[in-house]
Amino acid sequence: MKWMYTSQRKEYANALTEVGKERTDVVVLDADLSSSTRTAEFAKNFPERFFNCGIAEQNMIGTAAGLAAAGKTVFASTFAAFATGRCWDQIRQAVAYSNLDVKIVATHAGITVGPDGATHQALEDIAIMRVLPNMTVIVPADGAETYKAIKAIANYKGPCYVRLGRSDVPLVTSMETPFEVGKASLLKEGSDITLAACGQMVAICLEAAEELESRGISAEVLNVSTIKPLDKDAIAKSVEKTGCIVTAEEHSIEGGLGSAVCEFLCETYSVPQQRIGTPACFGESGESDALMKKYGLTKEHVVEASEKVIRRKKQ
Amino acid sequence: MTLYDDQTIQDLEAKAKTIRCHAIKMIYAAKSGHPGGSLSAADLITALFFKIMKHDPNNPHWEERDKFVLSKGHAAPSYYAALAECGYFPIDELLTLRKVDSNLQGHPCRQKTRGVEVSTGSLGQGLSMANGLALAAKLDRSGSRIYCICGDGELQEGQNWEAAMLAAQYKLDNLTLFIDRNKLQIDGPTEQVMSLEPLADKWLAFGWNLIEINGHDMRQILEACDKAKETTGKPTVIIANTIKGKGVSFMEGAIGFHGKAPNEDEYKIALKELGDCA
Repeated sequence: MKWMYTSQRKEYANALTEVGKERTDVVVLDADLSSSTRTAEFAKNFPERFFNCGIAEQNMIGTAAGLAAAGKTVFASTFAAFATGRCWDQIRQAVAYSNLDVKIVATHAGITVGPDGATHQALEDIAIMRVLPNMTVIVPADGAETYKAIKAIANYKGPCYVRLGRSDVPLVTSMETPFEVGKASLLKEGSDITLAACGQMVAICLEAAEELESRGISAEVLNVSTIKPLDKDAIAKSVEKTGCIVTAEEHSIEGGLGSAVCEFLCETYSVPQQRIGTPACFGESGESDALMKKYGLTKEHVVEASEKVIRRKKQ
Repeated sequence: MTLYDDQTIQDLEAKAKTIRCHAIKMIYAAKSGHPGGSLSAADLITALFFKIMKHDPNNPHWEERDKFVLSKGHAAPSYYAALAECGYFPIDELLTLRKVDSNLQGHPCRQKTRGVEVSTGSLGQGLSMANGLALAAKLDRSGSRIYCICGDGELQEGQNWEAAMLAAQYKLDNLTLFIDRNKLQIDGPTEQVMSLEPLADKWLAFGWNLIEINGHDMRQILEACDKAKETTGKPTVIIANTIKGKGVSFMEGAIGFHGKAPNEDEYKIALKELGDCA
């Protein structure tokens, strides 16, 4: 497949600037990574509504909560590893427990952070954000969806976690396709297997679906960009038709999208499922493509898991 | 500088005694809670709610109100008692503290309790939230002032020092922080567990305006707040030297009463010493 590549971070900056123009009650915080997260763009346009908190994420989240308690809609950004793990208790007590309008938009998530290595590769962030009551978790598939998701959450009450990558990713949605918080979208219809993915794994699942098609297997592809609340109806509708599912995410197989789908299906539709994600281990330094291959996140891995789950269905 | 007449001071001292009495009754009824820190902070809380802060119990969301953050959330009994005495909710409700379905959680919860601005309890987070409230007031060009009370032991949490830097960086002169310096924490004296001294020097080094007072002297508390109001370009920290368990003889300076309810005999003596607030 020939893809057009888009930057999620650039679209975050674009959407944030739009939101800043439309609403004077929107405030942005960063922890000394504004040139990387691209909140610097907002800072340039609205300097009085941007606060750099320095390399101090716990205080950034607490400050965000205070601003939100005073009626502001707050976007707080840094790398995903620090935005979630470093200040989980602050997010839990100050943001989620209080159900405040704080939008944590984290960049550099996943293994594709690459050469910086395990310390900077957030592979557990979906898991630890997803277990927090009141929290909404969104993993956009591409640049266009990032733009739409940011615009949507600005007007969506309550805490949100949005997970973005560092690298440019294939464009699988368009500016025109609707985005709604909590709704999965059907990108390709099929009848033999459901491929449910988030982030850049959506593009990889579309490639896998093409490969499966050539092997006579009809795969349905769902873009599950909101992991919490999970679009149970869309998943149920798809597996009722296909009878098996593969989930795919650039995150540990423990606790992320795959787990959310397992939790739902085990109590409703007991269909065979395989999870694609990094094994439950830390990452390492390397080029993005090499890491995606080593940690099991390629088209070939999705195809292999699909054939396995279809065999299980037939047993 | 406002001059406070003796009557004002005496009225506030009487109110503080009432707050202490409620706190003991609540903790006794709940059979759990934190008397020591509730009593050490009672005079500070009383001065803020009954004299210093602009607020309207009939309109808790009044935009121009001053805002309060109890970072040491375990002193909630005194906080709730002050809110009830102000009229945010019925005084009868105080005895539901820590019970199932109560609006009065063991630690302050903004979702449940009328008048509570932010949720606290996990220590070290209140000052950051106060920073956010103060930044918002600056953005809105509001005259609203933000008051925060931290425990001293709580200052061992590194987040406070992150917050101290931000408040100075953004010149949050609408923010006043009290440190309830009762010198005791669960495992012993603060200076033995993890030394905080020289505490005043630390705040000065972080760029704050520093005032040190006796935290049980009502006149000193009021005058310190006035000095903080007059200070521009930097936040103010008031180190309030206090006695843990202040007001109940056998609780004063007693580490054992950090987080333990009095038994029946102790309860009777405590109420006698505080005068019944019913």
